[in-house]
Amino acid sequence: MARFLVRRLLAMVAVLFAISVLTFLIFQAIPNGDPAVRLGGRTSTPETREAIRKDWGFDKPIWQQYGITMGKIFNGTVISYSQQVNVEDEIARDLPATLSLAIGAGVIWLGFGILFGVISAVKAGKFTDTSLTVLSLVGVSTPVFLLGALMLWAFSYKVQIFPSGGYVPLTQDPWGWLTHLILPWFVLSVLFIGFYSRVLRSNILDTINEDYVRTARAKGLSERRILIHHVLRNSLIPVVSLWGLDFAAVIGGGAILTESVFNLQGVGQYAANSIQQLDVPPVLVITMFGAFFVVVLSAVVDIIYAVLDPRIRLSG
Amino acid sequence: MAVDPTAPSPGKPAALEPSFGLGEGAIEGQAGVGPYQLAMRRLRRNKTALAFGAMFVVIVVMCLCAPLYAKHVAHTTPSANHITDTVNVRGETKDVVSVSGIPIGPTFTGRFLLGADSNGRDVAVRLLYGGRNSLEIGFIATLISCFFATIISLTAGYFRGVVDGVLSRTMDLIWAYPVILLGIALGTALAVGGLDFGLFTVNGTSLWIPAIIIGVVYVPYMAKPLRGQVLGLREKEFVEAARSQGAGNLRIMFREILPNIASSVIVFIPLMIANAILLEAALSFLGAGVQPPNPSWGTMIGDGIRLIPSAMHLTLIPGGMLVLAVLGINVFGDGLRDALDPRAEVRIEH
Repeated sequence: MARFLVRRLLAMVAVLFAISVLTFLIFQAIPNGDPAVRLGGRTSTPETREAIRKDWGFDKPIWQQYGITMGKIFNGTVISYSQQVNVEDEIARDLPATLSLAIGAGVIWLGFGILFGVISAVKAGKFTDTSLTVLSLVGVSTPVFLLGALMLWAFSYKVQIFPSGGYVPLTQDPWGWLTHLILPWFVLSVLFIGFYSRVLRSNILDTINEDYVRTARAKGLSERRILIHHVLRNSLIPVVSLWGLDFAAVIGGGAILTESVFNLQGVGQYAANSIQQLDVPPVLVITMFGAFFVVVLSAVVDIIYAVLDPRIRLSG
Repeated sequence: MAVDPTAPSPGKPAALEPSFGLGEGAIEGQAGVGPYQLAMRRLRRNKTALAFGAMFVVIVVMCLCAPLYAKHVAHTTPSANHITDTVNVRGETKDVVSVSGIPIGPTFTGRFLLGADSNGRDVAVRLLYGGRNSLEIGFIATLISCFFATIISLTAGYFRGVVDGVLSRTMDLIWAYPVILLGIALGTALAVGGLDFGLFTVNGTSLWIPAIIIGVVYVPYMAKPLRGQVLGLREKEFVEAARSQGAGNLRIMFREILPNIASSVIVFIPLMIANAILLEAALSFLGAGVQPPNPSWGTMIGDGIRLIPSAMHLTLIPGGMLVLAVLGINVFGDGLRDALDPRAEVRIEH
């Protein structure tokens, strides 16, 4: 276990380093991306720009600039180019919205994904199975932002049940928090429910033909017990691993589309705005933050694996 | 011409093909049928998959006919504005864009069949031209992904060791980046500056930029599972046999191993096209994909969403078309996977 954690930790440091370099280089390669212009404003004189360049170290070689920026990130003093506010404070402000979205949607998509997958597998080939398959394929084929826009139109304009976007903190107004998040949760979940139910369906259908399932039947166990204790326990493993990665991606800014359509002011929206303003520091921090979650959650997933299936060893 | 006496006669193939599990393969195997022919038979029996595949093909053909429609039916071009024009709808004269700025809805006549957008552009014409762009990006991105994923997985899986280490870690790096974030970052960067390959340059507004970005972003999702297959295949006896006959590395990789992963590559193709079209739409919606004035389904939906609820047709028409196209290729791809490789686990993340 200790060896597993150490190896994972080392892998994480490597991934974070590589991701930060990649992000830094992408934005360095932009010809019009001179940060001095962004800091000084479009109307600034060449002299002020020169001064800014000196001040911020933009005249130094690129690897030194990288070092300076990374140093600031770890000190918590990194400032965005466009608005000149502390990036980490901004992210801390946006995180509750993203976390609320991710946790709620994560529970919904895992729950319904498992439910639909099980129903589909139990009724394989029947009408219920076919209609669930069609439904999940429609879900997988619909762009999130289209679904979101249509939901907003239907449920906050035509029938005014839900507010038309925005985020209300849980601590301020729990009811408002819930009503603001129901549509985004649903919209973000649809795609994943489609994927998960199909993955789970094929896993269950594979597992159901295993010998130990036949043995369980021969012992006279009830179908329900066989399904839950013997089949699901094994079929769930890949679904759990998908869930960990998807959940991490949503926290790390992957829910940009949902956040933008519903104007949730979360981390993803912050990332999208920063990218459009060619503002490197927030993008650097958010991508590293996202990668951090991906690595942490995939380690957690491996531990859950080992619990679900004792034959799996944590060798990292 | 030699006639195989055991081949099923065209008149009654059904009798030779009982539709249960293993027996099917065994009986058909005796008839000397190759794996691809077997897959074709299974696919032909899957009417749903074929119907949805046909729907996708119809959409592709319609989009290819865009210039004909624009010239002979709608008498306009995809980016021609008609803000101050009027249109004759069954004897009635109507403004294309009303005084308050609301564009006309579907007229169901030759001009403005599906209405106009806020610049007075013909939605039907833009829908077809936009579809051409979206589909073009989907196909080019898929070709790029397949090409690089195949080369990388063959190289990494075959040579293992350091080569594999470097390639796999690079793949992990792209993998750890959320697809959409990487897409926007590259899209924004390249839309500003364009691409410079030395020999030739790509303009920032070119369709090649989103196509290349989407293609590159999806490489690891395909290369990772393929590499795993190559790792297993390189230990097989037929590879050893080829080597003992003096075959070189390249020959083994491309003539011995590649045909064995080909069915997995084929299974990936429709999924990749579907996901590439969806990612193009998402990037264009966020302004990091197809650049105006080029139409694409994504940019059209993005423009339309800003005009909800006054002009719903601007969202519903391109949105519906996109969902139909992606659904068609997805259902067909599902059937193709079942036919070629019923146990394959293929998934592409968003």
